[in-house]
Amino acid sequence: MTASEIIFWFLSVLALFSAIMVLISRNPVHSVLWLIVVFFAISGHYILLNAQFLAIVNLIVYAGAIMVLFLFVIMLMNLNTETEPQRNTWLKVIGVISGGLLLTVMVSAARSAGELSNKTALIGAGDIGLIQNLGKVLFNQYVVPFEITSVLFLSAMVGAVVIGKKD
Amino acid sequence: MTVMQHVWIVLGVLFVLLNIGAGLIWVERRMLALWQDRLGPNRAGPLGILIVLADTLKLFFKEDWVPPFADKWVFIIAPAIVVASVLMSFVVIPFAPGIVVADLNVGLLFFLAMSSIGVYSIVLGGWASNNKYALLGALRGASQMIAYEVFMGLSLMGVVMMTGSFKLTDIVEAQRDMWFFIKQPIGLVIFFIAGIAETHRLPFDIPEAESELIAGYHAEYSGMKFGMFFIGEYLGITLISAMTATIFFGGWLGPEFLPGWVWFFTKTFAFILFFILLRASLPRPRYDQLMEYGWKILLPLVLANVMITGAVLLWLKG
Amino acid sequence: MPGSDVNNSVLWPLLLYAAVVAFLIIAILALSYILGQHHQDKATDQPYEGGIEQTGSARLRFSAQFYLVAMLFVIFDVEAVFIMLWALGFYELGWAGYIGVSVFIVQLVVVLIYEWGIGALDFGPDEKKIMRAYRRKIKNQSV
Repeated sequence: MTASEIIFWFLSVLALFSAIMVLISRNPVHSVLWLIVVFFAISGHYILLNAQFLAIVNLIVYAGAIMVLFLFVIMLMNLNTETEPQRNTWLKVIGVISGGLLLTVMVSAARSAGELSNKTALIGAGDIGLIQNLGKVLFNQYVVPFEITSVLFLSAMVGAVVIGKKD
Repeated sequence: MTVMQHVWIVLGVLFVLLNIGAGLIWVERRMLALWQDRLGPNRAGPLGILIVLADTLKLFFKEDWVPPFADKWVFIIAPAIVVASVLMSFVVIPFAPGIVVADLNVGLLFFLAMSSIGVYSIVLGGWASNNKYALLGALRGASQMIAYEVFMGLSLMGVVMMTGSFKLTDIVEAQRDMWFFIKQPIGLVIFFIAGIAETHRLPFDIPEAESELIAGYHAEYSGMKFGMFFIGEYLGITLISAMTATIFFGGWLGPEFLPGWVWFFTKTFAFILFFILLRASLPRPRYDQLMEYGWKILLPLVLANVMITGAVLLWLKG
Repeated sequence: MPGSDVNNSVLWPLLLYAAVVAFLIIAILALSYILGQHHQDKATDQPYEGGIEQTGSARLRFSAQFYLVAMLFVIFDVEAVFIMLWALGFYELGWAGYIGVSVFIVQLVVVLIYEWGIGALDFGPDEKKIMRAYRRKIKNQSV
């Protein structure tokens, strides 16, 4: 086994274990912490794929920003095991259905990805994640979607104000 | 470079950093005393320098208390996060030509990512303590740090534009003709202000403001867990000083009669002393003043800096 | 580490460094646990609230203002990432890239102005509200 394979398996096990811990932790703050570990593991995978920029942005934006927002919301609503409301049966049924649908999609995606399985040599050889190329592609080929994302930000902000500013 | 050289660099950097982090206890107390017309610690050893050893030993033998009302594991992890994230940031800093732990080509972003991870130490420390003062400190600290993190990242963009790289050795090399603080004065000022807010040092020590929050987010911490927050703060000062020296003041560059690392550490110490002088001389703003100052003044300023730098550079290039 | 030669020379010292840091932290925590004293007194297990008895739990709900700050942060952080990408390829992208990023930044300035106008950036107590309440009180007293 090469060093990269060892690291790959270590990161995969870490990511899966942490993801399971996110689900089974009783305390929502612990779930957030485990989710941060998941993001770190995924960043490690990005580095293995030679996508350093994605790896770092994953840390800055997901682990550093969005998880802080999650923590704030959890602290804001003061979710505790004691104050947790009783889940009703309908919620469970809906959860099972949507989870099942997601599983179907994942399984079919995994099956269609089977033809890619002998292309694992991509590890460390791709250059799409390298920063220079990313910038060129974004600002030439995808400049319109890029501008549209800022409209998305605008609407997100207005929504946040509507929720947050009710006195 | 051989494997052993890398290993020596890793161990050497950590050794130097931990000694600086601890030694700053003494430096800060002596300098504060100097600026306040008093003596400061002068009993233990020459000039009182052994106070560092005494303080460290004392912290180790203090009660290592985990409050029964606290969230035990989160309470223990929080101080570890601050030390780990600050120490990891030093990985990308070139101390001298060739003396760098890992010269990542996303170096600058790595530094920003690690400082965004540092926020968790305060939020989690304050939340896990289950103490009202700690919680208030955590909230203030988190909103202060996340706000100033954005300004910090954006203030460095002018330098990145001129260098065309996130790699810190490239940034230093690009300053051979002229240090960047001449071309990017606004960037420097905003970076340094954001750096003070990120390390929550006086005058921006609002998360731990002792006259209103007792000790803020680490009110319930004792022993070496408190010591780790403490060392994390000093290492944070060192980090921001080293980054300022590297990005805006030419890092190891300087006249040839002294080796590169001497220049680097001289510049870094100058900024550390400036941090301490700020503590000795400035009063603390209110929380709302700090936040409004950030969003209403620094953010428009930093965006204008990015736009104007870009336009001027493109215009000069023709 | 696998992959390009750049990775090869750069990443393993980083991992070594991280491992040493982790070891140091664990060692410090363990040492202070072993060396530190542990005692039990009447008030040892109470939270510190400036010397008085604890009043209620510290699991408080707090102002929605903090949520707004976090939301603003997420938006401007993502924006900063895009600007970083542009700054890196600055010269290659030229004026076209500059115009692209200008439009982007202007839209975010619009967000900022909207926030400012609606008062989401006012963190302290609202002077006008306080003065209004005060005047109302004065008027009621005179009547």
